[in-house]
Amino acid sequence: MKTPLSWLRDFAPFDTSEVSRLVTTLDELGLVVEGVEHVGEGLGDVVVALVEGVDAIPGADRIRLVTVDAGQGPLEVVCGAQNFAAGDLVPLAPIGAVLPGEVEIRRRTMKGAVSNGMLCSARELRLSDDHQGILVLNDVEGARPGVPLTDALGIDEDVVFDITVEGNRPDAWSVAGVARDLAGKLGLPFTLPDPAPAPDLGKPVEALASLEIEALDLCPRMVVRVLEGVRVAPSPRWLARRLLLAGMRPINNVVDASNYVMLELGQPTHPYDLDRLGGAGLLVRRARRGERLVTLDGVERTLGTPGRGLGDTGEDCLICDADGSPVGIGGIMGGAASEISGSTTRVALEAAYFSPMAIARTSKRLGLRTEASARFERGCDPWGIDRAVDRVCELVGAPSATGKLDVRGAVPEPERIFVSSRRIGAVLGVDIDVARAASLLEPIGFGAEPGGEGLLVTVPTNRPDIRPAPYGVEDVIEEIARTYGYSQIPRRQPAWPEPGGLTQHQRDRRLVADAMCGVGAYEAWTPSLVDDADHRAMGLFGPSVRVSNPIVKEEAWLRRSLLPGLVRALAWNANRRQGDVRLFEIGTVFSHPDVEGRGARGGSGGTQEAVLPAEHERLAAVLASAGDDARHAVAVWRVLADALRLEAVDVVADGSIPGLHPTRAARLVARGHGGSTPIGALGEVDPEVAAAFGYDGGRVGWLDVDLGLVLDPGVALRRPSEARTISRFPSSDVDLALVVADGVPAAQVQAALVAAGGDLLESAHLFDVYRGPGVPEGHRSLAFRLRFSAPDRTLTDDEVGRLRQETIHAAQEATGATLR
Amino acid sequence: MTGTVRFAEIERDAADALVSATSLAALAEAQTAVLGKRSALASAHRDLAALDPEERRAAGRVLHEIRTHLEALAAERAAALAARERAEMLDRDRLDLTEVTDDEVRSVIRRGRLHLVDQTRRELEDVFVAMGFTVAEGPEAETDWYNFEALNIPPAHPARSMWDTFYLDLGQPETVVLRTHTSPVQVHLMEEQAPPVHAVMPGRCYRRETADARHLPVFHQIEGLVVDHGITFADLAGTIETFTTAYFGADIHSRLRPGYFPFTDPSAEVEVTCTICRGKGCRTCSGTGWVELAGCGMVDPAVFAAVGIDPQEWTGFAFGFGIDRCAQMRHLIADTRALAENDVRFLRQF
Repeated sequence: MKTPLSWLRDFAPFDTSEVSRLVTTLDELGLVVEGVEHVGEGLGDVVVALVEGVDAIPGADRIRLVTVDAGQGPLEVVCGAQNFAAGDLVPLAPIGAVLPGEVEIRRRTMKGAVSNGMLCSARELRLSDDHQGILVLNDVEGARPGVPLTDALGIDEDVVFDITVEGNRPDAWSVAGVARDLAGKLGLPFTLPDPAPAPDLGKPVEALASLEIEALDLCPRMVVRVLEGVRVAPSPRWLARRLLLAGMRPINNVVDASNYVMLELGQPTHPYDLDRLGGAGLLVRRARRGERLVTLDGVERTLGTPGRGLGDTGEDCLICDADGSPVGIGGIMGGAASEISGSTTRVALEAAYFSPMAIARTSKRLGLRTEASARFERGCDPWGIDRAVDRVCELVGAPSATGKLDVRGAVPEPERIFVSSRRIGAVLGVDIDVARAASLLEPIGFGAEPGGEGLLVTVPTNRPDIRPAPYGVEDVIEEIARTYGYSQIPRRQPAWPEPGGLTQHQRDRRLVADAMCGVGAYEAWTPSLVDDADHRAMGLFGPSVRVSNPIVKEEAWLRRSLLPGLVRALAWNANRRQGDVRLFEIGTVFSHPDVEGRGARGGSGGTQEAVLPAEHERLAAVLASAGDDARHAVAVWRVLADALRLEAVDVVADGSIPGLHPTRAARLVARGHGGSTPIGALGEVDPEVAAAFGYDGGRVGWLDVDLGLVLDPGVALRRPSEARTISRFPSSDVDLALVVADGVPAAQVQAALVAAGGDLLESAHLFDVYRGPGVPEGHRSLAFRLRFSAPDRTLTDDEVGRLRQETIHAAQEATGATLR
Repeated sequence: MTGTVRFAEIERDAADALVSATSLAALAEAQTAVLGKRSALASAHRDLAALDPEERRAAGRVLHEIRTHLEALAAERAAALAARERAEMLDRDRLDLTEVTDDEVRSVIRRGRLHLVDQTRRELEDVFVAMGFTVAEGPEAETDWYNFEALNIPPAHPARSMWDTFYLDLGQPETVVLRTHTSPVQVHLMEEQAPPVHAVMPGRCYRRETADARHLPVFHQIEGLVVDHGITFADLAGTIETFTTAYFGADIHSRLRPGYFPFTDPSAEVEVTCTICRGKGCRTCSGTGWVELAGCGMVDPAVFAAVGIDPQEWTGFAFGFGIDRCAQMRHLIADTRALAENDVRFLRQF
């Protein structure tokens, strides 16, 4: 909100020499100053000049040589504008003048003509947006050659604060509101002058117009005043200038007065051309379902239709003429038909208090947000209406009918809230005595009567952010804190006996990420919002969860796998000659509730059970360093499993895992307490899938596990944490080369050996795989090293020999392996 | 030939053999030859048996001296040879440790890195854990209740425009959202756990904003919630200050100014000393020396009511800020989009 200091000074004597203190104070009040603009500066050198003659410059048709007199004799100036002639008064910026925007005027020569200054447009002087021609000052009282322009126009230098007002402070979203807060904090007197009565038309308002409200719940109060003999014309210069400084374009005296009052007091008003209102009056009612209206912006709006949002029943407050024809959407935007025009002479001036939530719903549903709707939805002062309409009448200055039409339903009255001193201390942690609290609240419009170890606070009706008790107590305490100064509240470091810390899952997740870094992988962060086509491209069919309002269609679905994002990240790096890389990610994937969902409180008031997507935290890695393949994926998995002390996770070949190379992929299956659970997959990304996501740099090792399962010790068993005594006796190795058919997984052979080895088996490692001469076609030789030891003795050769026979036998039985 | 002469010959020959050995292996052989059971020395010793006792004692003494001398000689020779062999070995092994190729390095071992956001998240978590907080997490898709209504933001409330929300095509329109903050975790926590509560909630959040240098539609936030007996605004201000100096450094401080959030009352915006200019004033902080970091406030009693906590018995505070933003401030990252690009040239810097 652009707020000129001169306007603020209408309400309190702020010191114009202390701009930075004002800015600091506003910030402390939560009225944050985003910018400070010094206006009217740079006009000091500009003077009024009389045009004495205009001559053509030989060879130039766009510029002319103008002779002016600014009280010091004739001066020649080259000018491109054509909108003036000899005898006109114009602004002259002489040589050496510095105009707003640091434009310095120098002596220039154009087409051989010397220009000794510049004649200025209104825009060049930052007085308005007008750049059609030179600002002609003939009508300006006091404009005489040689008079400083600022004197002639009555312009003072001014400072404009760009203030952001929080959404809960509609009262401060006005010049007077800012002045009230600021004056209160600075201890300056704040006055809100009563509008001077407009000339009396001598007719009662009831004789000229009517007002009826059918929908008192949507519009609890409306006031109408009638003006006659209105002459629609440009606004007075001071008023137009203030509107411009506030960032609003002047239109005509009636509309400008309405806008001026909205900026000044925060209350929107709406002027209608009374002669264009059927039945000479207003009727406020609910819009009928599907009713249509063309608003001022030329858009046809469909009303009375329930929207998408929770609890939106599609109620719209419609302002109609007395015949029932819509003339505007209440509190949001008027219709085109009853607009003020150049021929308007009789004006019905309306101001209302609308239900804030009704305005918010209608505004949201129509996607129509206006200066008025933004104020009404935050809540205007239902008892500030009278001052606002009177102020508009004062500014328009036309004769007004006696009295007002005023229809009221249930209009909010001032709330009274008891705030105990104990509660103030309990919330703020600082003792602010009752008298002090009262002295903080009263200057900003609250009533505060000390008594009963607290304050009985009367909340002004311009503060809809202060709720009724009991919650309003906190709202009042916030006002006390705000005006007391947040920086004045002492700081205390709280302490409590309960220890902080991470959960086991959180610690394990860190361990997993660290282990992944340890195998040379960089952590990535890929998009959660993807294109569903990505799922299909990797062979993931079935439903995905769609975003109703995506920014782009490529980011319109919740991801079901980390694979597309990670392969894309790989491609991104490969395309930048960084293809030798391993990446991992720990992130959430989502299932459609039709496949797997979870229940949660939902619906209006949280009273219903809603079904949401199941979410799974997954760890996935793409391995694309030189030589990386499915083997390396296994290696990485083993490092990870070892870091977590996992045992009993099987690698089970599976050619149907979406996105993976069908003959180089396996599931990870944990044998836990509750049976076998698939916890992930590993192998290689199917080269066709990798290509679909832009990567064609060779084999890509892949590991993907559900962290929730992997880190659940009931699902994925861990080696016991109890210390195992290391045998002090020498161990004995047995190397076995077993010839096994290709179709038999090595893991199966190893499992048989381990089972047969029993307690004396310390470790079993596959250390060589051989195919070739000496081994039958379709078979390979798997070389295992079994290490045996006993905790209490050195194993004898006989014992070791027997263990060797038993393990060989077990492998033969289980897998058909033969000793090579 | 007298015995003594013969002895001297044996000694001379043996010494020659030992001294002329040019390797430790040759020396070992020579030692066996001149000192072993089959050596001339041993044979001379055996011959002593034929002498009379007087002579035998004298000759024995001489032979013993010779053996002692030869053994010392062998030891000396062994030391010299060992030193030479080690010197030769060292020379053969000589390696320029600066000529290791990158390929060789990669083939041995390399370490990846945590994403900067994850590093930052850990660091933030650790600061709060040290202050006595636990870490709570929750789902990213939420109902309107958890993301808004329980937080005192009723449907269609104008304050909803503070969050540009992604809705999901599930259930009734606009009833399921991608969480716009991690505050729903606070609601879950208060629903599930009786006070006291002292927790921070890190996690991924979503807002329907086009990505630019300062915003990402998908970003990370960490919030904090304390609900306990006797918790006040002073505790909030103290906690924020402790965190600020712990995370950013002793010369970075915090200040609070009034703000508005529907779920806190009083509400405050947190500003911290500008990390670029350290408070002197620069372009980033518009010359003020302060930059906005977070929002915070005392938990609104309406929020307590929604989760069934008695606001007369318990008070609390909450705060929230961007993890990505902290990383951006700490590491002076000009464009936040770099965080989501996954370019390893970026990732390996941190």
